Amino acid sequence: MSIEKDLEQRILVLDGAMGTMIQNHSLEEADFRGERFVGHPAILKGNNDLLSITQPEIIKAIHRNYFDAGADIVETNTFSSTSIGMADYQMESLAYELNYESAKIAKEVSQEYLEKTPDQARYVAGSIGPTNKTASMSPDVNDPGFRAITFDELVTAYREQVLGLIDGGSDLLLVETIFDTLNAKAALYAINEVKEERGIDIPIMVSGTITDASGRTLSGQTVEAFRISMSHIPLLSIGFNCALGADQLLPYVKRLANQSDIYVSAHPNAGLPNAFGAYDQSPEEMQSLIEDYLKQNAVNIIGGCCGTTPDHIRLIAEAAKKYPPRNPNHPQHA
Amino acid sequence: MPSQKRKPLLLSGLEPLVISDATNFVNIGERTNVTGSRKFLRLIEKNQYSEAIEVAREQVLGGAQIIDVNMDEGMIDGVQAMTRFLNLMAAEPDIARIPVMIDSSKWEIIEAGLKVVQGKSVVNSISLKEGEATFIAQAMTIKKYGAAVIVMAFDEEGQADSLERRIEICKRSYDILVEKVHFAPEDIIFDPNIFPVATGMEEHRKNAVDFFHATQWIREHLPHASVSGGVSNVSFSFRGNNTVREAMHASFLYHAIQHGMNMGIVNPSMLEVYDEVPKELMVHVEDVLLDRREDATERLLEYAENVVSVKKEGKKQDITWRQEELKSRITHALIKGIDTFIVEDTEEARKEANRPIDVIEGPLMDGMNVVGDLFGAGKMFLPQVVKSARVMKKAVAYLQPFIEAEKNEGAQFAGKVVMATVKGDVHDIGKNIVSVVLACNNYEIVDLGVMVPPEVIILRAVEEQADVIGLSGLITPSLDEMVYLAKELDRQNIKIPVLIGGATTSKAHTAVKIAPVSQGPVIHVNDASRAVAVVSNLLQKDQREPYILKIREEYEVFKAKFLARTSSKTYLTYEQAQQNALSLAWNQFTPTVPKTMGGITLTDVPLADLVPFIDWSPFFRSWDLHGKYPDILTDTVVGEQAQSLFADAQRMLTQLINEKWLTAKARFGMFPANTVGDDIEIYTDKERNTVQATWLTLRQQLKKTKDQPNIALSDYIAPKSSGVQDYMGAFCVCTGFGTAERAKAFEEENDDYNSIMIKALADRLAEAFAEYLHLMVRKEYWGYAADEKLTNEELIKETYKGIRPAPGYPACPDHLEKKTLWDLLKVEEEIGVQLTESLAMWPAAAVSGYYFAHPEAKYFGLGKIKEDQLVSYSQRRKISLDEARKWLNPNLIED
Repeated sequence: MSIEKDLEQRILVLDGAMGTMIQNHSLEEADFRGERFVGHPAILKGNNDLLSITQPEIIKAIHRNYFDAGADIVETNTFSSTSIGMADYQMESLAYELNYESAKIAKEVSQEYLEKTPDQARYVAGSIGPTNKTASMSPDVNDPGFRAITFDELVTAYREQVLGLIDGGSDLLLVETIFDTLNAKAALYAINEVKEERGIDIPIMVSGTITDASGRTLSGQTVEAFRISMSHIPLLSIGFNCALGADQLLPYVKRLANQSDIYVSAHPNAGLPNAFGAYDQSPEEMQSLIEDYLKQNAVNIIGGCCGTTPDHIRLIAEAAKKYPPRNPNHPQHA
Repeated sequence: MPSQKRKPLLLSGLEPLVISDATNFVNIGERTNVTGSRKFLRLIEKNQYSEAIEVAREQVLGGAQIIDVNMDEGMIDGVQAMTRFLNLMAAEPDIARIPVMIDSSKWEIIEAGLKVVQGKSVVNSISLKEGEATFIAQAMTIKKYGAAVIVMAFDEEGQADSLERRIEICKRSYDILVEKVHFAPEDIIFDPNIFPVATGMEEHRKNAVDFFHATQWIREHLPHASVSGGVSNVSFSFRGNNTVREAMHASFLYHAIQHGMNMGIVNPSMLEVYDEVPKELMVHVEDVLLDRREDATERLLEYAENVVSVKKEGKKQDITWRQEELKSRITHALIKGIDTFIVEDTEEARKEANRPIDVIEGPLMDGMNVVGDLFGAGKMFLPQVVKSARVMKKAVAYLQPFIEAEKNEGAQFAGKVVMATVKGDVHDIGKNIVSVVLACNNYEIVDLGVMVPPEVIILRAVEEQADVIGLSGLITPSLDEMVYLAKELDRQNIKIPVLIGGATTSKAHTAVKIAPVSQGPVIHVNDASRAVAVVSNLLQKDQREPYILKIREEYEVFKAKFLARTSSKTYLTYEQAQQNALSLAWNQFTPTVPKTMGGITLTDVPLADLVPFIDWSPFFRSWDLHGKYPDILTDTVVGEQAQSLFADAQRMLTQLINEKWLTAKARFGMFPANTVGDDIEIYTDKERNTVQATWLTLRQQLKKTKDQPNIALSDYIAPKSSGVQDYMGAFCVCTGFGTAERAKAFEEENDDYNSIMIKALADRLAEAFAEYLHLMVRKEYWGYAADEKLTNEELIKETYKGIRPAPGYPACPDHLEKKTLWDLLKVEEEIGVQLTESLAMWPAAAVSGYYFAHPEAKYFGLGKIKEDQLVSYSQRRKISLDEARKWLNPNLIED
């Protein structure tokens, strides 16, 4: 079974938010530390990725929740698992292990489900986040030429993440929440290097983030410019996620769908955050918005980002079943 | 023509560039090239990057669709210059809009360029000059970075100078790229060499014609590939005669495009419109280009001598806006982020204005307001606004000396604001705007940047003695960061007002979640212009307090309304809470009768005895070194500092003990006590007939989960009705006698370090004394835990039996209880510790509290109480409801 085969047949469903699910556990500092990091010098509460090591059962349970809800693809709990992201927690040296362990436990869960329902494919997507630094924007208003991170530093960090994700058993890689295309290019560069060295192939999904109604990424690119900037590497899919709710995101996804000759993905947020930063779009509301994507034949892979829960994914999966997938061979114009 | 439909060449900057059969010739800007522009070279050499960026902007405004950047000059560090220039260009949205052509003959400069462009750029160029291996390696690398490539018709033998050689090299290059490197054929652009014509050399006669034919051959035989070239080369022989050169460029371009050249480097100001070239000149030019006559070159040279070179106006940057009135020009410059003229415009405005500050408050702020509106409406985006801010800063920087000159003394700023985007967030646009606007209003801004950890914000705010802290964040987790920061400020008792801003922030969140956790003012500011008013109110002495109070009240009302809408925490009525009190099994408990009753005074406790009881962690915290003692001494970050501080502390501690700098005094006592309702009565006599004092305790009202009681301290004392004879104690310890004098002496020697040190040590000794005395009380004076054996660590962890809560702390936040305590124990008369108007103890290094001996007694937090308990409390305290509200305000639910 291959994901390409599956994508010819039907719309695949990606899982929903990890952070939202972790929050429900109301974990405290001690839970994050587990036994292993009792004496760690930095505060670890909030280091969700670390839970793959200290609370693997919680993470596995979340993966199970999403598979039970009908997800075909679950994302590893590695959004911030680079040496760059882990610097906040003085855990740079754990980057490889975090990725390896997260991929490993996700793979274990996917194997469980493959044994239960051998007919339905279950995939593990290694999640590769944007890091918390931007390679093409200056954090210093007085020095627009300054950069807090370089391409080479990003490649080094991403390489380590990619190796961990692949060694841990990821079926594909998902470079997501791209707010600065240069960061993503560094990720793709690293993936390419690893693929060449190992002589392996692994499908790559990329997913950008349109930050607001300007229709641009944070680094200022339009949908089309973003797509073109990501076109040098063979990709399984291209799409958008985060920042916007399904209704706000749809026009941009459609623009991608109209132009791309590869598969298109979308995993929007459960609406826009309310005053408290919480998402209150109900699964039913989101389902009806996602139906617009399906009716308009805009996607091949659909899932959820911030604020989405297994209940959201369940209804999205139910809806996705009713529609044929988008045909990538006939973009309206290239 | 190829049968297959040609694939478009797709490039991108911030916006896409699609080059297909349907698109016109793509013009590549060439002025940002140190080899081709002396002006640009000079700017780069002199490090005048902002002027150099203007050269790029001129190119884009002049119609360039791709911008070629070249830094190949011996005196320049090409890698550094390419990186810096491309990074600066990326910050200019109107330039970064278009794709970049990274132009160098040095591979390391090309790679440096590839590492800083987010879009799909073009590498100019690679070739087979150094053999196939290098060519392949470079092409593979370019592919990984995601760029198109210009391939020069150049191989190991040299540059192609005939049609045949051009075809041979291009075909070979193409095959290697497509078959071996798997380079996308549409990403290959050939430069089949544009060489000068009319040089007088026979072999150059066919240079233009061969180029045209090679172009046609490439476009027909190498599927999807593009053709480009540097057009100005062709007219090299006519340097100095722009009229001829411009005509030649026009003609060359016309024919090259006809043959399939689809992009090229052309200086737009050196290009005539084909149809506008005088017919006779055009005939002479084309005779040369197309090699139509043997004597074409001679004829053109002869003709050229008679052509007066008229300086063309050129298709320059649109500067019509310069003719508008001053105010519009300033607004235009701000919106477009053009700083070229801002200083002269600002100067003009300054001359017109009464005071230099009026320029800021007038035309500059008006312009920024337009920027703010456009940004709010989604018509401008992030990098543009940042640029606007920079123009603004330039203008303000220019005005600053004038503003300062107007003032008579050194106080240059109206106040200092520390600004930061909170940890985990990269969004700082709002912050930057607010910073700029505040700076424009004469506030000094200390900008800590983005992703600033809370401890850094607090440290810097304290260091800088900021008047206001501005927090910004756009992503939702930032909201929690802000709450955390407010809590930390509160915990460290820092009352610097905090402004909250950023897209996900809201008045609701600020009022409900942030403001309540901090004693200091927290104000939501939704736009920059409001920030000025808010900061101004906060910094004017006479307005400050009423303003803060007003905001707090406003937020409390807002919060109450908000909570009324939402189902939040539920609270029991006071009566329900009392019914759910903790009921201890008094019939199974016999209180230990204190071995000594009544007040006891200790006046000269040896300080050395207290040292083992010192909890050092808070000592480090008071110096902003965070971590637990003793681990902090080996901490990777602060360890070194902690050790040095600790050594200094030990030195002073030894000295102050030996030289008896400080005196430790205590007053404490145990008394018969029973509860009546939530009050604890203290009796003077064993018969418990005369009430000497009454403690008023406060009861938790938050609705608890099942089986959890709503506790008040009175629950730990047997009710009068139970008949059980119970007891409680109270105490005040102080080690602060002598501290202030010593600290002052240090200050007079300008030794702030030791001045702080002595205060910090006195505080620690007071806490240690409280711990020490509690132990003595448990084991001896009261004796309810006579056989207790605890280590110091266990003491700090509060594993002992019974508690010693202090008024003003979570279990009993009512500071008024201290008055009762002072009366009961005659504290001031006995040991000289005074209560200030606001019920702080003086000397400061003092601790006071109650003793509860019941083994079930635990420290707890009161939490919020409702109005009904407040009413009961005010009646029992015999004070007005308003006064009660004042003292208990932090613990009142906003309703």
